[in-house]
Amino acid sequence: MSGTGKTRSKGANGWLLSAPALILLLLAASGPLVIVVIYSVLAKGDYSGVRWILSGDAWFRVLFEKDIFDGTVSLADANLSIFWRSVKLSLATTLITFVLGLPTAWFIGTRPKTTRALWLFLITIPFWTNLLIRTFAIMEVIRNQGLLNTLLIKIGLISAPIQILYTDTAVLIGMTYVYLPLMVLPLFAAIDRFDFKLIEAGYDLYASRWQILRGVILPIIKPGIVAGCILVFIPSLGAYVTPRVLGGGKNMMIGNFIELQFGQGQNWPLGAALSTMLLLIVLVSLVVYTRASTRGGPHG
Amino acid sequence: MKTDHAIDACNVSKIYGAGARAVTALGDVSIGIKQGEFFTLLGPSGCGKTTLLRCIAGFETPTSGTILLFGRDITHTPPNQRPVNTVFQSYALFPHLSVAQNVGFGLKMQGKPAAEVAQEVERVLALVKLEDFADRLPQQLSGGQQQRVALARALAPKPEVLLLDEPLSALDLKLRKEMQSELKRLQTETGITFIFVTHDQEEALTMSDRIGVMSAGALMQVGPPREIYDHPVNRFVADFIGETNFLVGQVDGQGLRIGSGDVIAVPLNGQTGEVTLAVRPEQINIGPAGTGVAAKIIDMTYLGTDTHYTVALGDASTLVARVQSNSGASLSVGDSVGITFDAKAVQVLAS
Amino acid sequence: MARARSFDVTTLPGFAITAILAFVLLYAPIITLVFYSFNGGNSVNQWGGLSLKWYAIAAQNEAVQQAALRSLIIALWAAVIATAVATMAALGTTRRGKFKGQTFIYIVINQPLMVPEIVTAVALLIFFSSVKIATGYSGLGYLILAHSAFCVPFAYLPIKARVEGMDTSMETAAADLYATSWNTFRFITLPLLLPGIIAGAMLAFITSLDNVIITEFVKSAGQDTLPTYMLGQLRRAMTPEVNAISTALLALTVLILIIFYFVTKKRD
Repeated sequence: MSGTGKTRSKGANGWLLSAPALILLLLAASGPLVIVVIYSVLAKGDYSGVRWILSGDAWFRVLFEKDIFDGTVSLADANLSIFWRSVKLSLATTLITFVLGLPTAWFIGTRPKTTRALWLFLITIPFWTNLLIRTFAIMEVIRNQGLLNTLLIKIGLISAPIQILYTDTAVLIGMTYVYLPLMVLPLFAAIDRFDFKLIEAGYDLYASRWQILRGVILPIIKPGIVAGCILVFIPSLGAYVTPRVLGGGKNMMIGNFIELQFGQGQNWPLGAALSTMLLLIVLVSLVVYTRASTRGGPHG
Repeated sequence: MKTDHAIDACNVSKIYGAGARAVTALGDVSIGIKQGEFFTLLGPSGCGKTTLLRCIAGFETPTSGTILLFGRDITHTPPNQRPVNTVFQSYALFPHLSVAQNVGFGLKMQGKPAAEVAQEVERVLALVKLEDFADRLPQQLSGGQQQRVALARALAPKPEVLLLDEPLSALDLKLRKEMQSELKRLQTETGITFIFVTHDQEEALTMSDRIGVMSAGALMQVGPPREIYDHPVNRFVADFIGETNFLVGQVDGQGLRIGSGDVIAVPLNGQTGEVTLAVRPEQINIGPAGTGVAAKIIDMTYLGTDTHYTVALGDASTLVARVQSNSGASLSVGDSVGITFDAKAVQVLAS
Repeated sequence: MARARSFDVTTLPGFAITAILAFVLLYAPIITLVFYSFNGGNSVNQWGGLSLKWYAIAAQNEAVQQAALRSLIIALWAAVIATAVATMAALGTTRRGKFKGQTFIYIVINQPLMVPEIVTAVALLIFFSSVKIATGYSGLGYLILAHSAFCVPFAYLPIKARVEGMDTSMETAAADLYATSWNTFRFITLPLLLPGIIAGAMLAFITSLDNVIITEFVKSAGQDTLPTYMLGQLRRAMTPEVNAISTALLALTVLILIIFYFVTKKRD
């Protein structure tokens, strides 16, 4: 351990001890990502897989399509609508989880010390609960004979069940539901560090409650807000289970579209190109996050 | 080899970093610590005293120089093979082990049989008067008790030298006083060489056989407390140990002339030109105007047994004098007085 | 009325009510799911009174039994492997000052938290499918390997927090008291890190147990885990059996979380 014996350089020990973790992750997580990028510039195999020929086909097909009869090139409307739906639903999910998550995190953060841990625990249970189980749970509520429709019919608001399941709305409700804890936790972390004396100072200087929120609280917890939004946006964009279960196959998102290329579609290069694109979007988001969180704080 | 020395540090340097950003923590320090003495390394934070201690303990390797333990070179011996133990500033008690397990840890690591460990633990716990706390966990003890456990743990393996890194700094004043005499007692009883690091000059003066005053990685002066206090070798030592007044003076044909123009009779050891005088507040006598150096009282602070008077000399330089409150003199702010110094008490330092 | 109460600076308009609403929205579906698992009827649409019928059916279903066993085997292996490598990495990357390549190590270790699972799933599908062809081996090893990898950051974070909170003077003191490097680790470092290691292992276990997407892509035929089995059931008519399995998994998760909560709380 440190302190004993001849001092081997800190770095050498650090690398040595981290080596097993690095090898495991490079082998079964990070390394294979490189293969995905390589596959995206190869030609499609006859049945599945790839042929080892350099090809831009996959990337071309991400955005364009060639008419099989006259060969004219046009924007790939089907693909674009999937992208658009994914981005739209992910942004909406992020916005709704923020609107719900901020008050929730604030509520937990302002509980007395004795009960705060309990409220936080109530958020961590859904957070650690299987995503599939939570998706099933929301399905139970919104399906035609589910809790929501039954209730609405009982109180006479509607006479026949509304079809929510297998629509974009269902996917949006589902993603909001499953990703809400991901928004609340980083917001809570930021609020937990927040110095409530600042609010007293604000009120002392004649601010209203809304001015306090906009002028004092939000700027200071900005790193938490950015973290929460990134943590919700990234998995929403790559969502697979929730749209598959609640969207019912027709309302695909990028994740399902990628899966399709490796399943029935059998176009591995296209699937790889789509995955690479998703990876790039994540990378950009993370850069934005790093920038925002380092520049954040009171003057952000 | 000087075998009456427990520790010899020979030209020890410790430099952190390299090139333009190198920081010298220890610059060519040489010191000999005698067997069985209570030696204190005293200095402000960052003076290198802890670095020197850590070099002796083996947690730091000197950049150059050697460290001898009873004449044996231990410069590159790992800490777990040095018969030297440390009482840490934060105590560093193992929170998951009981008091007895903490105290017995070193013996167990040395491979002593369990029965012997148990016996030794009992003996050492008795020595620090913690027999009844053997089964407690460290966090169930008070600060003073934790301190004793840390001491017992370091003493149990019967080290040849015990190192104490500001061990009393976390205790309150009353407990600190108690532990000071306790430490002194333990040192006398065990006969082990103690090397004690502190920034508290009072602590150093009361406990030590000898003191080494350090500043900026260098050893300024080594000697018994009395000598360090009465005959500081330079302005730093005079300033750091006790309260001191400094006066700048010039040696000319008639003797030593201070800023106010007065000539003071002090024994000069051949110094010429500009010199600094150091005078302890208790060595300044305040007499009626007309005797000694003319001065005016500009401030006074009553401190119980003593009263501090701040006096201004002719050139507006000020001195602080400490006078026993019951000495009978009734002085007040604004009074003109005469200042005299005990010639032997004034130290002339090279500027 | 409100005027009579003292001015609470932490109150913001509509926040408390929204928060309560959020908690209700979070728990209502889960409670519904659990409630319907006790349905004695023959389908999810028909309430047949309280009964443990579907638990019995699920428990006797051989496919469920095997999937559950497989899930547990994979989760145990993944938790053990991930925790072991994460403990070493936490000791390697913490408390020793900055060193060259530290950021790289952080990025690689936390990568599974950042990259969308579907992308990793696709990557592993491509990689393992060629390995399967090359080696002819198609056992559970691939799933264990994949699960171990994405569980590493979940094990790493609590262990790292524990290492960071641990005073280096503990090891220094041990070294001063004649302990060798191994004895220092064995008697001081490891016992002090234990709560963090247990917490990390539990989070890794849950993470593995819950995984759907990567498992779905990596598994060979006949290697369903409980979550992928449940996903497969969706294509058929839904019965409360799925609710029963979900509730059982949920109970296991909550149980582990409660233990985790007390393990991490206790020694703070």
